[in-house]
Formats: sequence, structure tokens, C-alpha cells
Amino acid sequence: MSEPTKAPAAAGRASTKKELPEHFKAYKHVWVFIEQERGQVHPVSWELMGAGRVLADKLKVDLAAVVIGPEGEATRHAAAEAFCYGADLTYVVADNLLADYRNESYTKALTDVVNTYQPEILLLGATTLGRDLAGSVATTLLTGLTADCTALDVDTDGSLAATRPTFGGSLMCTIYTLNYRPQMATVRPRVMVMPDRVERPIGRIVTHPLGLVEDDIVTKVLSFLPDRDSAKSNLAYADVVVAGGLGLGSPENFQLVRQLATVLGADYGCSRPLVQKGWVPSDRQIGQTGKTIRPKLYIAAGISGAIQHRVGVEGADLIVAINTDRNAPIFDFAHVGIVTDAIRLLPALTEAFRARLSPHSRDRIAS
Amino acid sequence: MHIVVCIKQVPDSAQIRVHPVTNTIMRQGVPTIINPYDLFALEAALALRDKHGGEVTVLTMGPPSAEDSLRKALTYGADRAVLLTDRFFAGADTLATTYALATALRKIGETYGPADIVFTGKQTIDGDTAQVGPGIAKRLGMLQLTYVAKIGALDLAAGTVEVERRSEGGVQMLRTKLPCLITMLEATNEIRRGAMVDALRAARAAIVKWSAQDAGVEDIAKCGLRGSPTIVKKVFAPPPRAEKAFMIEFGSEPPADALIAELFKRQPKLEADLVALARGF
Ligand SMILES: Cc1cc2nc3c(=O)[nH]c(=O)nc-3n(C[C@H](O)[C@H](O)[C@H](O)COP(=O)(O)OP(=O)(O)OC[C@H]3O[C@@H](n4cnc5c(N)ncnc54)[C@H](O)[C@@H]3O)c2cc1C
Ligand SMILES: Nc1ncnc2c1ncn2[C@@H]1O[C@H](COP(=O)(O)O)[C@@H](O)[C@H]1O
Repeated sequence: MSEPTKAPAAAGRASTKKELPEHFKAYKHVWVFIEQERGQVHPVSWELMGAGRVLADKLKVDLAAVVIGPEGEATRHAAAEAFCYGADLTYVVADNLLADYRNESYTKALTDVVNTYQPEILLLGATTLGRDLAGSVATTLLTGLTADCTALDVDTDGSLAATRPTFGGSLMCTIYTLNYRPQMATVRPRVMVMPDRVERPIGRIVTHPLGLVEDDIVTKVLSFLPDRDSAKSNLAYADVVVAGGLGLGSPENFQLVRQLATVLGADYGCSRPLVQKGWVPSDRQIGQTGKTIRPKLYIAAGISGAIQHRVGVEGADLIVAINTDRNAPIFDFAHVGIVTDAIRLLPALTEAFRARLSPHSRDRIAS
Repeated sequence: MHIVVCIKQVPDSAQIRVHPVTNTIMRQGVPTIINPYDLFALEAALALRDKHGGEVTVLTMGPPSAEDSLRKALTYGADRAVLLTDRFFAGADTLATTYALATALRKIGETYGPADIVFTGKQTIDGDTAQVGPGIAKRLGMLQLTYVAKIGALDLAAGTVEVERRSEGGVQMLRTKLPCLITMLEATNEIRRGAMVDALRAARAAIVKWSAQDAGVEDIAKCGLRGSPTIVKKVFAPPPRAEKAFMIEFGSEPPADALIAELFKRQPKLEADLVALARGF
């Protein structure tokens, strides 16, 4: 096992001399920003409710959802759903000016609720919307923000311990916001486990006004072009994923990954260098700065398993690594490993799976 | 028109070490480049200048050696480079970084004319937070347009700009007022090669160097490590999975069937799932 570097042990506030400033002592409870865009709650919000519930229970405080959106059914429904994902109460800012996401109006809505009701922890999804909003809100509140966390915990003294991969190498770091409130963190989709939805009645809802008129908002939405479904890769939510890395050696060899994926009905992905080289489009990148996946089966061919890749795939049920280097770090976290040339194994694997999964052999399974 | 592009010098390789006592990054000895995401911002800025006239200033906060990145930006055609460098800035998190950069941007405005547009990259490859852009905008009271894929109509007389912004489920067409801050999406353009005249000019150009005091920083306590609300408490290598990977050994032929058998043995439901998937359910 690798030893932690010679860093002071994580001990939160206990290890610092400073007291939490008096005016922050009233800040209590864990909040999750519920992101909805065009009537749909982003699944990352419910994933964060699962993580937030654990933190709130450890701290023995409430878990609150914050729903911001236009008046009407979608926002009402999101607020009601929050209770089924573990909310003790829900704050709602509903105003038709919030129909489209705009930084100005959403920043005002969220900072106002935070300043009024004072949470100690505020979690947001690290989506385009969440990152746009979190940066503005944290700067307005002059508090700390830890982006793209891969683990959240609370310390013995109640501080939020937010862990994320650190720069470049093979290290993780745990970050605290000791003397400011709220402690803010963003988490990427699929990093946290989706909690079970439990049917529950609507609980306490606290509404808060937006306090803006359209003329106060400078940015205008001229139009919105939804993505065509075919243009979307569903990689983050795929059941089976096959991915290739630099070990494949050429864009042509990357076809071997796609062929295996096709036979498996799987999605395909890659490590970051392949995106940088332009071999594979960027929405196929897996890892810290790409997609986080949680498939039942993940097959990685010619990928070394750098920390930034690892954090994106660790949630997979079964990780298979194909690599010519017996000492590649990917074998530290794969379940099944095979030391061989992926360029030879992949076609053989594609054929073997094709035979196994063909209609003929399916009859055999059925009988 | 005056455009300022914030660029960051970042380590090029993964050979980064962490200082055992301060837990901050030790950058000595590691080759550096301009953060790749910032080149999309720089090219967008240069293209706007070529079309509408005006000047492009590049700004970076970093160690004295970050001058290299600024000079590189000049070879691409930037008109002026400002290096914000001071030991007080070391160890800054996003909030302290935006304090310093916003202060310098104000000073740039006073000295060389106010910026109509400030550009940043989408994110850095080392800090990787995507928060510095929004933070600067908020501190300067500028409107912010993040994840911009394309810059459309820029009307300097009316003081408006239209952009295509990537959002979760599609593309938003937005119009906002200048001055604004734009964070550019990757792969939306390609940095120009730079003309010979620019290379010659860049080699001789004087880089404007500002300390915290020169830039007009009023409160040193808001800079660097001291001004950072977040504290890195622990740096550690992630432990390997407790259970070692099961290694499939074999002779001369790659053992596809043995691998498949091992997978189905470990996850008995997997075969049925795969059959369903392969059928397109
Ligand atoms: C801020 C930051 C964010 C990052 N984000 C991501 C991210 O989101 N996702 C990501 O993937 N990376 C990310 N990276 C990059 C990451 O650190 C690694 O550099 C990258 O994952 C390595 O890609 P790779 O495994 O394909 O290439 P390499 O590390 O070069 O590994 C290639 C592997 O292929 C093996 N190999 C060679 N030939 C063969 C063969 N014929 N058959 C089988 N195996 C073979 C080699 O033994 C080697 O292990 C990030 C880096 C930084 C600094
Ligand atoms: N030290 C810095 N100097 C200048 N610009 C920076 C600096 N740090 C970050 N930026 C800008 O902010 C963007 C986002 O950075 P980050 O929040 O670190 O992902 C980068 O792409 C740069 O344009």
C-alpha cells in the first residue's frame, strides 16, 4: 500500500488554532441545489441528496433541497420529489424569470436563500449549469469552494472534508473550508451512488421570493436548441463500457474498441490523450475531466490507469484491464487483469463474445 | 476595442511533486506550457480584434518564469502582456486568485483602457476548477458567459454581444451587454501559427511586470495562501483495492474464452444482461 505523503493528518478545525468566527456559528444544516433545466431534474441532484443525507445524519442536522425554477408544475414536482430522495425540508424560489438558466437570476436566487437561512454545507452538481452558478455564488459569499470532489465526509469536529484528485500526478487531496461558511463543493454526475427513491409525503416547503423584474436581468435568451438525441452519448449511464487508451497506438486500432462495444451493445470511451490527439471526440473521455461511469462491466484496453482516469471508473461493478505492462497502475484497481497485447486480444474477444451472444447460443441459454 | 485574455502557465507533464510541509505544488524542473484551454480563448480574442480592430492584452498571475507563456502569447499576435508576480500570491486558491486577477484587471483598465471583453479558458489542466472565470466576473461586476462555443454578432456601438453557449441539454443563444467575461469551450477554433513579425516583436517586447502593490492590491491578506478560504489538509496516494486483480495467465494465444468465462463466473447475471443489451433492449 502506498503511504500517505508526509502531510499533517486530516483533523479539520481541531488542528488549527482559529475558532470559527462568531457570525458563522449560526450556519447549520446540509443543502443540495436541485438543478432542473427545462422541466427535468438532473440526476446528479438526487445523487447529491444521497451523499448529503449521509453528511446530515453524521452531523445530526437537517438535509434541505433548494429548488429554483419557473412557477408551475415542474418546479412543484421537483420540490415534492426532493422528499422522496431524503429531504427534511425544501426551499423553493419559483418565478417565471427563472424559466431559462441565466447566471444573474440564479446567482441572486441562491445567494439570497443562503444568506437568509444560512446552511453550513452547500452541494451542487459539477455540470455546466452547476459550475457556472457555483463560481458566482462562492465569490459573492466570499467562501471556499472545492470543485469536482470524488468523496465527501465530515470530520470529528464537523468540518466538511472534500477529497479530489490533485494536480497532474497520482495523488488525492482532502480540502477544508475552515473559517468560512457555507462550505461549498461540487461533484460530477455519477460520482455518488443514486439513492433509492422512497415514496414520501411532501414535507415542509419554505418559499423565498426572487425579487427581480425582467429589466434587472441584462442577459437575454434569444433561443434554445435542444441536442438531438442521436448527438448525445449516454456514456455516463451505460451498463457496459469498452474504452481504449494510448496503448492502442493509432486511431485505426481504436476501431477495435468500437467493434467490441458494438457486439456487446455497449458504449465506448477513451482516456484523455486520445481526445487531445483528436482520435476520439471529447464527449467520450472518461475520467476526472471527462465522464464518470458506473457500468456493470468496464473493459479498459491500453489504458495505464492514472488517478484522473481511475476516479472516473472506480464505481464500475467489474473492471477488466488489458495491458502489456504487468506493473501498470490499472491493475491496482481492476478486478480482472490480463497482460497481453490489446491489439491481438480485442478482435479475439469480439469474436468470442459474438459467438457467445449470438441468437444460436441464446437458445442454448434459454433451454 | 480592448480585450484581455487571462492565461495560465501550467506544468506540461505529470511529474509534479508536492511540498511535504506546505502541501503546495512544487513546479521547479517541470516543463511548462500555456494552459491548452486558454489558447481557444486567445484565438477567439485575436479573431475579434482582427475583425473589429483594437488591442489584445494577455494577463497571467504566476512565478517570474510565467513570462515565457506571455512571450509565447505575443508570438501568436497579442499586443501587450502583463505578468502579475509576487510572493504574496503564492498558494492561492480560486477565491484568492480571482481577487488578484480582478485587481490587476482594474489596473489594466485604468492604465490601458477598460476591457470590453475579458476571456478565460474553460478550465486549467492543473487547478481544473473552471471557477476562476466566474469568480473574476463576479468581482468585477461583469456579466458572464461560460462554455461559449461561438461568438456571434458583436455590436460595439450598441455595446452588445451574442454567443452560443453550451448548456446541459442543448445550446443557448444569448445576448448580453459589454463589458462581459467569456469562458471559451475547447475545440472551437485553432490557435494561429503566428506571423514572423509577431515572433520578432515578441522576442524584444517588454513584458509589463506588476507586484501586488503595483497592481493596486489593497489588502495583502486577501492574496495567496493567506487569502484562501480552502486549506489542503492531506495529500495522499489512493490505496490499491484490497483484493488483488485476478490475473489471467495463458500460453501463446490470447485467451478470449477464458476471459469471458471468468467474467461470467464473477458476475452470474452478466451474461443475461449482455444478451439483452446485444438484442438492443
Ligand atoms: C488535470 C488533469 C486531468 C486529467 N483528466 C483525465 C481524464 O479525465 N481522463 C483520463 O483518462 N486522463 C486524464 N488525465 C491524464 C492522465 O493523467 C493520464 O495521462 C492519462 O489517463 C493516460 O492515458 P493512457 O492510459 O491512455 O496513456 P498512457 O499512460 O500512456 O498508458 C498507455 C498504456 O498502454 C499500455 N500499452 C502499450 N501498448 C499496449 C498494447 N499493445 N496492448 C495493451 N496495452 C498496451 C502501456 O503499458 C500503458 O500502461 C488528466 C491529467 C490531468 C493533469
Ligand atoms: N494564475 C492565473 N493567471 C491567469 N489566468 C488564470 C490563472 N488561473 C486561472 N486562470 C484563468 O481561469 C481559467 C479557469 O481556471 P481554473 O478555475 O483553474 O480551471 C483558466 O483557463 C485561465 O483562463
